Amino acid sequence: MGMRPYIAASPGNNFLAMSSHTNAVPMPPIISVQQLTKTYGNGFEALKGIDLDIERGEILALLGPNGAGKTTLISIVCGIVNPTGGRVLVGGHDVVKDFRQTRSLIGLVPQELTTDQFETVWNTVSFSRGVYGKKPNPALIEKILRELSLWKKKDNMLRELSGGMKRRVLIAKALSHEPEVLFLDEPTAGVDVSLRRDMWEVVKRLREDGVTIILTTHYIEEAEEIADRVGVINGGQLLLLQEKTGLMKQFGRKQMKLELTEKLEEIPPSLAAFSLSLSEDGMSLTHEYSHEESQDNIASLLSALTAAGIHFRDLSTRQSSLEDIFVALVEEKA
Amino acid sequence: MNIEAIKSIYFFEMARMRRTLLQSVISPVITTSLYFVVFGTAIGSRIQSIEGVSYGSFITPGLIMLTLLTQCVANGSIGIYFPKFTGTIYEILSAPVAMTEILIGYVGAAASKGLIIGLIILATASFFVDIRIAHPFMMVLFLVLTAITFSLFGFIIGVWAKNFEQLNIVPMLVVPPLTFLGGSFYSIDMLPPFWQAVSHLNPVLYLVSGFRWSFYEIADVNPVISLIMIGVFLALCLSVLGWMFKTGYRLRS
Repeated sequence: MGMRPYIAASPGNNFLAMSSHTNAVPMPPIISVQQLTKTYGNGFEALKGIDLDIERGEILALLGPNGAGKTTLISIVCGIVNPTGGRVLVGGHDVVKDFRQTRSLIGLVPQELTTDQFETVWNTVSFSRGVYGKKPNPALIEKILRELSLWKKKDNMLRELSGGMKRRVLIAKALSHEPEVLFLDEPTAGVDVSLRRDMWEVVKRLREDGVTIILTTHYIEEAEEIADRVGVINGGQLLLLQEKTGLMKQFGRKQMKLELTEKLEEIPPSLAAFSLSLSEDGMSLTHEYSHEESQDNIASLLSALTAAGIHFRDLSTRQSSLEDIFVALVEEKA
Repeated sequence: MNIEAIKSIYFFEMARMRRTLLQSVISPVITTSLYFVVFGTAIGSRIQSIEGVSYGSFITPGLIMLTLLTQCVANGSIGIYFPKFTGTIYEILSAPVAMTEILIGYVGAAASKGLIIGLIILATASFFVDIRIAHPFMMVLFLVLTAITFSLFGFIIGVWAKNFEQLNIVPMLVVPPLTFLGGSFYSIDMLPPFWQAVSHLNPVLYLVSGFRWSFYEIADVNPVISLIMIGVFLALCLSVLGWMFKTGYRLRS
């Protein structure tokens, strides 16, 4: 994963203030969100000044709890919701003033399974292409339906399809006009393993074609698996936006667990310099360290253990996931 | 102009009419035929002719108008309300189409359906009663203008309605009384002076009167005034829609 090289954020850089990342690619961003705010008619402030640049061809995952503002952000970029303040550029065009140019570039797979129950798969997907102003192209529609394993169902009415199949139809609709940017709003909510696999196949292929993909999700493993960058939104603010690998390095804690051959009563004073904890049964030692701490640290710990006459029969390491990072961030800001 | 989008919306809507042929075409035709049997042939044969036109022939333009108005309002409103209700509207709102293009697609389809049904009823009526069309061009003009105006009116209702009850209020509760009281079944000369005056406040009177004039050259009000009134109502609907689209009323928050 990760087509673009990771460029480390300078140490001491306050990540919370980072709204646009440093990137070596000189191309202008495909999407540029500037000082975007949205207050709904009932007074609810869904977005409180979002700044976000999305690079051409990247996969960006937006994480955040329910009601964080993810869907509002997407809806404004796609033109479904009007912004209150700030602006959004897609391919250099303003989403309000030049909506024809911007919307032609975008495909949207919404969160809700909204379908015309009485339409056939073929008709509804062809309709989508038409409303986007593209001439009919049956060969392309066939290709999309085949890729999403929908070809056999093309003459079925949508109400006859399972939830997973309907989700595929929504993806097919979004791809029918060959978008350059694809928004997937909670694409895997309530979706089975095979569809998930198919979906990531499609995502991979699209990204090979240079399509920019923005997905929102609750499932952090997903972001960890496929995204190049991760943004965390909560309470209408972008708390963090960073390369996934950098994020893991900066915030990921590592743990090394040693299963001992003999019971240890207490940690000998010679090992006091290391952050060690002993399990209750005295049969395992856990060492916590961060990415920044050098690998030498581990080597010296191991030799210190040998010197103290402590032997172990097994060793395992664990790295904190995006989920841990996410939970820590959201709780910190709450 | 996104012509492909207009075409897509128009034919998508027309396809629904084909799919629900029974409900959208056959049912209004049967209902109207029953009016002809009851009022035209059975009762109508005992009613004296009005200004030289037999009663069955006299009510034909009014019956066509009654169906046209109901159908156009119903089709115009459901076309935009249904995607709002199911949520599929997200696609139209995020597509590179202007609201006017969306309007042309939906209203064009609703008006076409209304016109098709109106013409079928006219053909059906000719089996029961004698039909004479004195001014065919004016007849078509009245028909088309009314179909467009009331489909626009339906579209407004569809955007405004928050549930099916609100959606049905106008076609079920407002249009039929206005049509019945608008001189579909009688000449308002037959009414006492007070109710004649009240009838002049009813917009449908002008439609029925002008439309009937194009058939038999008999009218309750001057046909030019009828045309002006349709024009006024058309302009009114367009300005309401203009405001709706500008503010994003109940479509784009």
